[in-house]
Amino acid sequence: MQLFSCPFCGPRDETEFTFGGEAGKERPEPAPDVSAEDWSKYLHRVGNPRGRTREIWVHHTCGEYFLMERDTVSHVVAGTQSLRGGGA
Amino acid sequence: MAHSRTANRYSALSLVREGLRGHSGWQQAWRSPEPKAAYDAVIIGGGGQGLATAYYLAKNHGMTKVAVVEKGWIGGGNTGRNTSTIRSNYFYPESVALYDYSLKLYETLGKELNYNIMFSQRGVVTVAHSDAEMEIAARIVNAMQINDTDAELFSRDQVLEKAPLLNSGDQARYPIFGGVWQGRAGVARHDAVAWGYARAADGFGVDIIQDCAVTGFLIENGRCVGVETSKGEIRAGAVGIATAGNSGVVAGMAGFNLPIKSYSLQAMVSEPVKPCLDTVVLYLGTGTYLFQSDKGEIVVGGGIDRIPSYAQRGNPPVQATVLSGMLEMFPSFGQLKMLRQWAGVVDVVPDSSPIIGPSPVPGLYLNCGWGTGGFKAIPAGGVLLAHLMATGEHHDISRPFDLDRFRTGRLIDEAAGSGIAH
Amino acid sequence: MTSHRIGSLAAETLHFTFDGTRYHGRPGDTIASALLANGVRVVGRSFKYHRPRGIMGYGVEEPNALVDVTLNGITTPNLRATTEALVDGMIVRSVNASPTAADDRKGFLDRFAQFLPAGFYYKTFIWPDWHRFEPSIRAMAGLGRLDPRNQPPAQNPQIAAHCDVLVIGGGPAGLHAAQQAMGEGKSVMLVDDQPVIGGSLLSRSAEIDGKPGLEWAATVSADLQANGHRVLTDTTAYGIYDHNLVALWQRRAGQSDAQWRVRAKEIVLAAGAIERPLIFPDNDRPGVMLADAALSYLARHKVLVGRRIVLATNNDRAYPVADALRRAGAAVTIADLRPQASDGALASAKIEAVHGPKGVEAVTISGQRIAADSLLMAGGLTPSVHLYCQAGGKLTYDETIAAFVPRDDLPGIRVVGAAAGQYALTEILSLGGEPHPYAIAPAWPQRDAKGRQWVDFQNDVTVKDIALAERENFRSVEHLKRYTTLGMATDQGKTSNMNGLATMAALTGQTIPQTGTTTYRPPFVPVPFGVVAGRRRGEFFNPVRRLVLEREHRDAGAVFREYGGWLRPAWFGGANAAANIRREAIAARTTVGILDGSPLGKIEVIGADAGALVDYNSYNTLSNLKPSRIRYGFMLTESGVIYDDGVTSKISDEHYVVSCSSGHVAGVVARLEEWRQDRFDPARVFVHNSTPQWATLTASGPNSKALVAALGLGVDLDDAALPHMAFADGQFQAAPARVSRVSFTGDRSYEIAVPSAKAASLLAAMQEAGKPLDAVLMGSEALLLLRAEKGYVIAGKDTDGTTMPQDLGIIGPMQKRQNEYVGRRSLLTDNAQRPDRSHFVGLTVEGDTTLPVGAHGVETLNSKRRSIGFVTSSYDSPTLNRPIALGLIERGMERKGEVIDLVHLGQTFRARIAEPCAFDPEGARLNA
Ligand SMILES: Cc1cc2nc3c(=O)[nH]c(=O)nc-3n(C[C@H](O)[C@H](O)[C@H](O)COP(=O)(O)OP(=O)(O)OC[C@H]3O[C@@H](n4cnc5c(N)ncnc54)[C@H](O)[C@@H]3O)c2cc1C
Ligand SMILES: [Zn+2]
Repeated sequence: MQLFSCPFCGPRDETEFTFGGEAGKERPEPAPDVSAEDWSKYLHRVGNPRGRTREIWVHHTCGEYFLMERDTVSHVVAGTQSLRGGGA
Repeated sequence: MAHSRTANRYSALSLVREGLRGHSGWQQAWRSPEPKAAYDAVIIGGGGQGLATAYYLAKNHGMTKVAVVEKGWIGGGNTGRNTSTIRSNYFYPESVALYDYSLKLYETLGKELNYNIMFSQRGVVTVAHSDAEMEIAARIVNAMQINDTDAELFSRDQVLEKAPLLNSGDQARYPIFGGVWQGRAGVARHDAVAWGYARAADGFGVDIIQDCAVTGFLIENGRCVGVETSKGEIRAGAVGIATAGNSGVVAGMAGFNLPIKSYSLQAMVSEPVKPCLDTVVLYLGTGTYLFQSDKGEIVVGGGIDRIPSYAQRGNPPVQATVLSGMLEMFPSFGQLKMLRQWAGVVDVVPDSSPIIGPSPVPGLYLNCGWGTGGFKAIPAGGVLLAHLMATGEHHDISRPFDLDRFRTGRLIDEAAGSGIAH
Repeated sequence: MTSHRIGSLAAETLHFTFDGTRYHGRPGDTIASALLANGVRVVGRSFKYHRPRGIMGYGVEEPNALVDVTLNGITTPNLRATTEALVDGMIVRSVNASPTAADDRKGFLDRFAQFLPAGFYYKTFIWPDWHRFEPSIRAMAGLGRLDPRNQPPAQNPQIAAHCDVLVIGGGPAGLHAAQQAMGEGKSVMLVDDQPVIGGSLLSRSAEIDGKPGLEWAATVSADLQANGHRVLTDTTAYGIYDHNLVALWQRRAGQSDAQWRVRAKEIVLAAGAIERPLIFPDNDRPGVMLADAALSYLARHKVLVGRRIVLATNNDRAYPVADALRRAGAAVTIADLRPQASDGALASAKIEAVHGPKGVEAVTISGQRIAADSLLMAGGLTPSVHLYCQAGGKLTYDETIAAFVPRDDLPGIRVVGAAAGQYALTEILSLGGEPHPYAIAPAWPQRDAKGRQWVDFQNDVTVKDIALAERENFRSVEHLKRYTTLGMATDQGKTSNMNGLATMAALTGQTIPQTGTTTYRPPFVPVPFGVVAGRRRGEFFNPVRRLVLEREHRDAGAVFREYGGWLRPAWFGGANAAANIRREAIAARTTVGILDGSPLGKIEVIGADAGALVDYNSYNTLSNLKPSRIRYGFMLTESGVIYDDGVTSKISDEHYVVSCSSGHVAGVVARLEEWRQDRFDPARVFVHNSTPQWATLTASGPNSKALVAALGLGVDLDDAALPHMAFADGQFQAAPARVSRVSFTGDRSYEIAVPSAKAASLLAAMQEAGKPLDAVLMGSEALLLLRAEKGYVIAGKDTDGTTMPQDLGIIGPMQKRQNEYVGRRSLLTDNAQRPDRSHFVGLTVEGDTTLPVGAHGVETLNSKRRSIGFVTSSYDSPTLNRPIALGLIERGMERKGEVIDLVHLGQTFRARIAEPCAFDPEGARLNA
């Protein structure tokens, strides 16, 4: 059972969180101008890094999405950060 | 054949003969050679998929200058960690073509490899818990029958006849309405599949190189011409990736991303008990499935962990879910103890179907994305990747599983079609 | 049978039987100590060869003494006799033996052992077919027997706790660490798997702080508790997980076992060490035991395991054991394997044979036969590093003590005492001074020895098996383990792993560290499944959601079923489902039906950007609705697939209520929230799920207006004021009541939403108002039927995970909308534009056969059958007096009027492709 720290609520059990995706993805728009390749990349391609990773997570208890940096091998969490401008 | 294996023919007779002389005559099951400078084909990953590919390159295509490079010990990845269920109860014709072909190969594999892989066709029943689920069960059974694989729609009584210890009381959270039965499905001895293929491939002269990690690719003029490894460079006419949960990492070395995310998938076994469960049971409601191994252990598995990870170890919340699911199904198993618990790193694809085909780099081919279900596909996956590497062309069965489906949107999503997550 | 108990037998008050014979034991006994006290030697049979076996260890390391125990008529299999407390009235049976362990029918198997080497089964049973052999192999395998009546209730609590320092192991090292931590003002938790604190002090005497060891231990433990720290005995730490979470299994007398999940800032691992057996021919004879175990039986249970004892050792720790045994009256011959031996001991001793198949009778040492009734082994200590390794710790081989020890401390994990290879008290307690000598000369297997030498006792793995694995290139320790099953028995290799890999090292000529160790996997000891699962069973497994009006519905004769996670009335009126559903459907078509629609989602989207968010979330534009108007539409996934459908009501430009199907409420809230935070200024739009606040009752049918009118809600029900797809706010008993005209049956309908607290009164009022109209209560099944007559789609039932809006013929937004929405680009992929997509259609059968749901349409091409889609809904329509069906059929919309073949479980059917809507296609009844 991992312990994640919501930037709003503090440390909580992993079961309160859901993985939202790798950070830094831009949604290509508008649809008619987006190539099949780019759309496919947006939908499906992932870095899937072994080691340090930046990810978007949501804490269900408060509903907030936030950024988490962690290691996919050691599970060490380097930090979490609000996505709201100016930080929390 | 590169070297003869006659002294090593396995049989009851040879066992007796060797028994009488202290088993001193058994040869190595496979050699451990140093890598050569170049091969016609190199396969990365000594799991079932990689080893089977090497075997079929030699057997079906006459290619024997072949190496399998494995960073640890063969079968040490998911092939040696899975719950060994083999079935072809799929919904889409593309899937049935793949998995039923595999099942057919499994049916004769022990004899073909001269290695007892203990394929036990004891049947798999997927239990439905409501009228609505029975309608979906019927949809699947009909699809399977149309696609020429065996399937039956089981009534509640038929389910209970196969697994009398199931929770059939009124208080059950998930009542038994019936289910999908596939009688040819079953389980096999996972290690034996890896070892059997390794031994047979070695018999053809294939080099199996353990403790040899691929660390990069040799790319010339945009084409893959070999691999860099912890034991030096190896050149190759064609390179295949069969690295399961590490496919994203290996693809990264060649400069591309895959639609694959890696997660832990856990399994657990009990202490051995005398026979008490004769089939494989999967509950739609709990997501837990289980069977009893030949040794007597109850082997139980469920869904993947919720957190992307390469840690290759289990996580208590999922354990609790899987095991409470099991006890909901078989209340009497509460008297048993968990003996071992482990996890593998599985390669999860958005549509949960494998990726078999050329990669974006010419000369480099993919066999990955098996996720939670690639053990059952080892023989077919091996044939298909071997075909690609030997001919550069898709086999008819692998065509739909090409990477290009993510661009065209033509996914093969079993969960979407059948309403059941596989 | 002679008693091996020292002193008075007056305390032998507990009765039990073993393999049918009656014995006595005393409080404090384990099953093992009681069996030894009674002189029982053969307690089990080995897994493969059915060799007679005796008790070898004292605790969790025991490989041989597994038993099935019946108490109060309920049997539990595979209990370890060495860790199971004796209870009066226990019926104990050996496992894997019949009729008794002493006289096992399958004992003959051992004579064929030479033909059954490691992995023999991979080499045979190939012809004619494995399945022929499997049943008999399976019957031979397995240990204990499952008792189908033994269904432990789901009562195992799971307790979460945290502390500064968790100390695992209550021996001197653990107690010392706990004492120190307490001194530093930290919160401490100390756990030990034994019933009493003390660890090695329980069997080996020592003086600490001027007190006898045990007294010191008791003082420290009492001190801890007096200062508010937790001390748990009978508690095993079995797993270390991420972020310093330790799982404990606590055995609680008279109560269900508990799981503790302890999050500790620091974990101190003081789990001690386990003695290794020595490897010599026939070292598995009953009566061959670990020296430490013999000492523990003596010190803790006053059981002397033998009178004429040979003690084989390769280290100094055995000498005090010999002294203790001698003091208790045994004759002890020390056979020291080392060249130099202390006074009286045989030096350079070589154990060549052990005589006595059912109990040691004599031992041949260096050519000399010595009569003996027990043979004790002191092969050196193996530190218990399991938890350290589970946490990712790396080991290093310490030549001086011939053992693997932790290389470094891990962040938040410290290993101390014998677990760290520190065996001397002075060292452990940092007292300085002379370290106690622990001179060990490793005695790894003798290559040249005759006879079989066991390494893994339970699984019958001998040195020869390891040699075979080496010969066949199963040299990696992981291959060795899997091929020979070394270390895979229920003792998980606690006594065998080290000897096994040392043997492999000797065979390959590599060093022990080069050979390496296998992965340590949880759990440290087998843990009851129920402890890991906890109380999540039955309804706790996955709680169903319940309606506010459940009781009222039950009183009205509802039969409940689960729909989308909610327990809802399926129909009213008892067992005859078909007749009742038909009755309800007819009433709803001819007069009025009342339905509880409360689980339907009511998600409020509020704020300046509310319109933009609901538009983005939806395939259909919603923001251009007029206030008080409602629109039906779809939500897609980013892959363009229909996620859900539902109606959205516009309250104002800055306030919408999104309704969705009951099973999708959480999902729709989540996606609205995700896009809100991802694309919008979260200060300008808010999402609030108000589903549980409201109860919704629907009146549907030609008389619904009359019924609602009678409720006096203060709403103008005139069709001009409240047309179809509009809503109005009124009041019910002084509470707000929203009346919406939406219809899922195709008939005029009114949905009335009131605060949940008013649900019962509203239902009563509607039933009252409905009486003169012959209104009926209707369940979900009738509703499903009525909507099917109208060809209204149910997302998830009539669509699958590939269905896109164009497959339902709804292409307007795709063609006309100019702004972005979820899934937009995916509607343009090759796959979305494929000509052979499956479309949502009606299916008309001639005659009166109802099509089975799940039947597939088929087409035969070159004599190969192919599915062209399937039936998703099918009913015998009471309104139309004929069967109706809906389905997803390839190119269905272009093939209207065509007749197709269908199959279901080998039966064939024919049906004509039709419009989905079979009833009132003009929609006249909405306003009738
Ligand atoms: C707990 C669990 C239960 C499962 N249950 C089932 C089941 O019941 N039925 C079923 O069909 N499937 C099941 N699966 C899935 C199945 O195990 C896998 O899909 C299958 O084994 C994949 O085989 P593979 O050969 O592709 O991968 P693996 O066996 O994982 O082999 C990949 C190999 O690649 C090696 N490798 C990785 N990177 C490198 C590198 N850089 N250089 C060299 N070598 C490298 C790895 O060490 C590994 O040995 C389960 C999986 C798990 C984890
Ligand atoms: Zn939070």
